[in-house]
Amino acid sequence: MSATVTAIPRPVASRTPGHMARIFANEARFEFLKLARLPIYAISTIMFPVMFYVLFGLMLNRGQELSRVPVAAYLLASYGTFGVMGASLFGFGVGLAGERGLGWLQVKQASPMPPFAYFFAKTVVCMTFSLIIVLILVTLGFLFGGVHLSPLHVVQLAATLVAGSITFCAMGMAIGYFAGPSSAPAIVNLIYLPLSFASGLWIPIQALPSFFQKIAPFLPPFHLGQLALSTIGAETRGSNLGHWEALAAFALICLGIARLGYQRDEGKSYG
Amino acid sequence: MIAEIEQTSQISSEARTRPVVARLTKASKNYGTVQALKQVTLEVRQGEILAVLGPNGAGKTTAVKLLLGLAAASGGSVNVFGGDPRNPDNRVRTGAMLQVARVPETLKVREHVALFSSYYPNPMPIADTLAAAGLTQLANRKFGDLSGGQKQRVLFALAICGDPDLLFLDEATLGLDVEARRLLWDQIRSLASRGKAVLLTTHYLQEADALADRILVINRGEIIAEGTPTEIKARTAGRQIRCFTDLSIAQVRAISGVIDVKVEGDSLLIQAAVAEPVLRELLNRDVNLSGVEVTSAGLEEAFLALTTNQETNGRAS
Repeated sequence: MSATVTAIPRPVASRTPGHMARIFANEARFEFLKLARLPIYAISTIMFPVMFYVLFGLMLNRGQELSRVPVAAYLLASYGTFGVMGASLFGFGVGLAGERGLGWLQVKQASPMPPFAYFFAKTVVCMTFSLIIVLILVTLGFLFGGVHLSPLHVVQLAATLVAGSITFCAMGMAIGYFAGPSSAPAIVNLIYLPLSFASGLWIPIQALPSFFQKIAPFLPPFHLGQLALSTIGAETRGSNLGHWEALAAFALICLGIARLGYQRDEGKSYG
Repeated sequence: MIAEIEQTSQISSEARTRPVVARLTKASKNYGTVQALKQVTLEVRQGEILAVLGPNGAGKTTAVKLLLGLAAASGGSVNVFGGDPRNPDNRVRTGAMLQVARVPETLKVREHVALFSSYYPNPMPIADTLAAAGLTQLANRKFGDLSGGQKQRVLFALAICGDPDLLFLDEATLGLDVEARRLLWDQIRSLASRGKAVLLTTHYLQEADALADRILVINRGEIIAEGTPTEIKARTAGRQIRCFTDLSIAQVRAISGVIDVKVEGDSLLIQAAVAEPVLRELLNRDVNLSGVEVTSAGLEEAFLALTTNQETNGRAS
């Protein structure tokens, strides 16, 4: 009973950096397949922004202008923000809450998966879905809304929105660490819908009551919306740098909250 | 207590000299005020199948979680391959099948196996893993389209795909039909014969008996018996006698070999290690004895028998 624990003398092949990179790539690839085959995810994240855009940007408000740009272009930026937010909050938040709450995350943790690969994959996949949503909206705007943007502007718009999705991935992570597997979708909707309304993503911020205009700067979607609008040449509020700083600050706060949740989970097991 | 069991155990000296790959030393685990494990010491040796046998809530899963580094011990120590189970170099030598409520359902069986295989430096070929788990025909099915038993087999495949030196199987055969269970048993035996260490938890004595080199019986967070399947069976092969008798409970209890007596309706329920001497004595003492039924004791009774033995031993030592 006092013998020391002996390792079986088999040389352990440590994983090379190339192997680690393949694990990260695999993790992201299968995370993408997992979500792409989930109709509820595809429908709730892609269909809603597309539907709103078709209705308000392409069918109604034709030929009108908002903040010096055509409505079809303006709403491309705001529904693009709305879409990115949904893809990230549902993809990361609901996904994490379910996998954490129903034991799958533990199976992954018991495996030799590098823990960071799990979060990397979720972030990359949310960014990918964000890009898909933006590209669908841009295509619709070009084909049916008479939107004219230079290729550079399209790239800037897409890059801004996809980069901004990181903040909402962090928010999703915070939710995922505190929400239960069955309550997570409802909690995400309770945050997602009011937040996008109050940030001026459905109705332009200048058309909202002054109460919303006052609280909007405290809401991350407002900042990403303003950044997206500025890439297509619309009139915006505040400086771009300020908006990026606000998004970064929100992301850090959310990561801090997620960390508390992580520690709470660890405390349950590692206490 | 443990030392005492060891002295009486007949586990071959050959098996005792094999290297230990994982060990709990006086490990305790508290969840709030609940003591899930109390000073448990166990070791898993290379090439052996160790069964941790116990009823639900006995602490089996907790022991596995400590050894996997998924939970920290509240007291005592955990040692796997000479170090912390969370060390990535140890993780790539370990495989685990855990109880999980939900697995991503939109991925196909082959995709799940491919992803987990990719974590390991020297995984088995995916086709071999699928064949070993009996999943070759199901490789292109989505996880969500599988039956309960098929899902269990996928989790088994994920546990073995990396060709690990140490394998944990937590209630692996839960929900499997007889055929699938046999297939899994064969795989587990073949893994052990290749020098892998296997720790499996089960609440079926029969399963532990069929597979294990050594059985640890655990109840309420404590190890109550340890030994070869033959030894354990000898201690748990209790009989249950049901009868109508004029004797009082106290009188029946006084009969040598009776472990416990309960009243159930009009009849008495007697637990005994061996039925025949008790029956002979009952018939001698009560001419009106009737309605006699002798059945083998269920696991619950077997545990009771073990616990009783343990207490007796404890008093004796």
